[in-house]
Amino acid sequence: MRPLLAQLRVEVTMIFTNGETLFLTLGIPVLFLLFFSGVHVLPTGTSHPVDFLVPGILALAVMSTAMTALGIGTGFERGYGVLKRLGTTPLGRPRLLGAKILTVIGVELVQAVVLVLVGLTLGWSPGRSGSGGVLVGVAVGVMVLGTIAFGGIGLLLAGALKPLVNLAVVNTLFVILLLLGGMLIPLAKLPGWLADLSKVLPASALADGLHASLGSGTAVSGRDWLVLGFWAIAAPVVAGLTFRWE
Amino acid sequence: MEHLADAPAPVVTCDELVIRYGDLVAVDGLSFRALSGEVVALLGPNGAGKTSTVETLEGYRKASAGSVAVLGLDPRRDHASLVPRIGVMLQRGGVYPMLGPSQVLHLFANYYDDAEDPDALVDLVGLGGVQRTPWRRLSGGEQQRLSLALALIGKPEVVFLDEPTAGVDPEGRVVVREIIAGCRRRGICVILTTHELAEAERLADRVVIIDHGRKLAEDSPAALAAGTADGSIRFTTEPGIDTGALVLAMGDGVGVDEESPGSYRLRPPPEAAIPTVVANLAGWLAERGLALGDLRTGQSLEEAYLAITGSAGTSDAPSGPGLDGRRGQRAGRRSPR
Repeated sequence: MRPLLAQLRVEVTMIFTNGETLFLTLGIPVLFLLFFSGVHVLPTGTSHPVDFLVPGILALAVMSTAMTALGIGTGFERGYGVLKRLGTTPLGRPRLLGAKILTVIGVELVQAVVLVLVGLTLGWSPGRSGSGGVLVGVAVGVMVLGTIAFGGIGLLLAGALKPLVNLAVVNTLFVILLLLGGMLIPLAKLPGWLADLSKVLPASALADGLHASLGSGTAVSGRDWLVLGFWAIAAPVVAGLTFRWE
Repeated sequence: MEHLADAPAPVVTCDELVIRYGDLVAVDGLSFRALSGEVVALLGPNGAGKTSTVETLEGYRKASAGSVAVLGLDPRRDHASLVPRIGVMLQRGGVYPMLGPSQVLHLFANYYDDAEDPDALVDLVGLGGVQRTPWRRLSGGEQQRLSLALALIGKPEVVFLDEPTAGVDPEGRVVVREIIAGCRRRGICVILTTHELAEAERLADRVVIIDHGRKLAEDSPAALAAGTADGSIRFTTEPGIDTGALVLAMGDGVGVDEESPGSYRLRPPPEAAIPTVVANLAGWLAERGLALGDLRTGQSLEEAYLAITGSAGTSDAPSGPGLDGRRGQRAGRRSPR
């Protein structure tokens, strides 16, 4: 227990003292929320853009923490030989992975609280586009699956690519999924073929699931569950099979 | 920790070890042993198979053939029970770039049930002044000393140090040497690799000379040097002295060569008394008002190394400190056996 807690403390410290990571996980989501709820340039299709933005940006926050922050951090640790060196300490891989998972969960909780509070301040009314109710439990389930899927993708890349290549690929992927994932721009506004492509990606399934459960209080579609479930199984499994520790 | 005086069991055993990477044979039938409180240096040029050997002992690599054991355990099969008892210093890296020495030592201390005091260890390796400086902003020597401290934090019984003095400045080297001497006193077995002959000579009780994955020799530095010694006396004075006159003055069977400008080698016959030869040489130089610079009888580990690697038919015999990129510089100075 002591090794796990010590590792967890250091992982959390590294996230919250690293300016780039903080900007990525909190700065960008909060700025996007503030900016696009005030400047109505996005085709959100509602008179209350904030209603569309909060669920979408929660999806963005999950992606930024589970894929980008975890993946880039782990990639650099691998590049610096940290993962290799930890291999000959009593810490062990299960506790290292456990500390990273707990860190991701902790960061996401902070993100969720901050984004919900900022959203409410900006006039977000959960469930306004539906009956007024929200499915919080369903939203949490969607976010857990999304976290596993994106965490798997982040670790898959981190375990295969050189740190700087990984950095470039993960950031590019982040921007592409941000634009195509229905987080800021509704999929209906994309060309049909692009929307069809996007529908099988975890980003749009996550965003769509959160729009449904938190935006309109309606059930998440079977396709979204299926897509999220697929990525939540496939990405970690492939990462586990291909991860190179040095 | 108390040690039994009788029949010490080897702490590290490497038996006919073979490591292949595809078609490349990195280690080719290497065998050696090490005891508690013994410092063993694996010495050889880059690519000799030193790191592959050490990483197999640490459990990172699998032996293609042969066997290794550390503290009687299999480094891969018994990984979990072995790692609390060994300390590892990788050839490079291995530390969180954003953490300072104090932070990372405290972190590692928490991995072990019984660890050294991190604050004392920071001072021991002389990093007290930079204990909050992130690793990536430390100098190469400071990074090496932090890696060394991390190898010691868990009170190991065996430590593996891969190139512990590479990139370390002279003061840092003194610290590293003192720490390794401290390990020996406490009965810790130290396996280190180096391509620097002077370091092996200073640090190790026993040197295993490796090239192309094979062991060429194994002994104490002094015994290695003595084993290939040819009785030459080397000295320096002005360049271009009259060696013919010196030969005449020295008498029976003494040969003289100017090996490089100002550096000379006297080859007395086997029966000659070395002190007498030296006295004659000093007298001859004094008569002519010539200075006497370095004077050395016997030979260094470096010369032994060149003789050993040279006689093994290897072409890339390294030389003195920092032999990277200076390979073969002194290839013409191989001593005859």
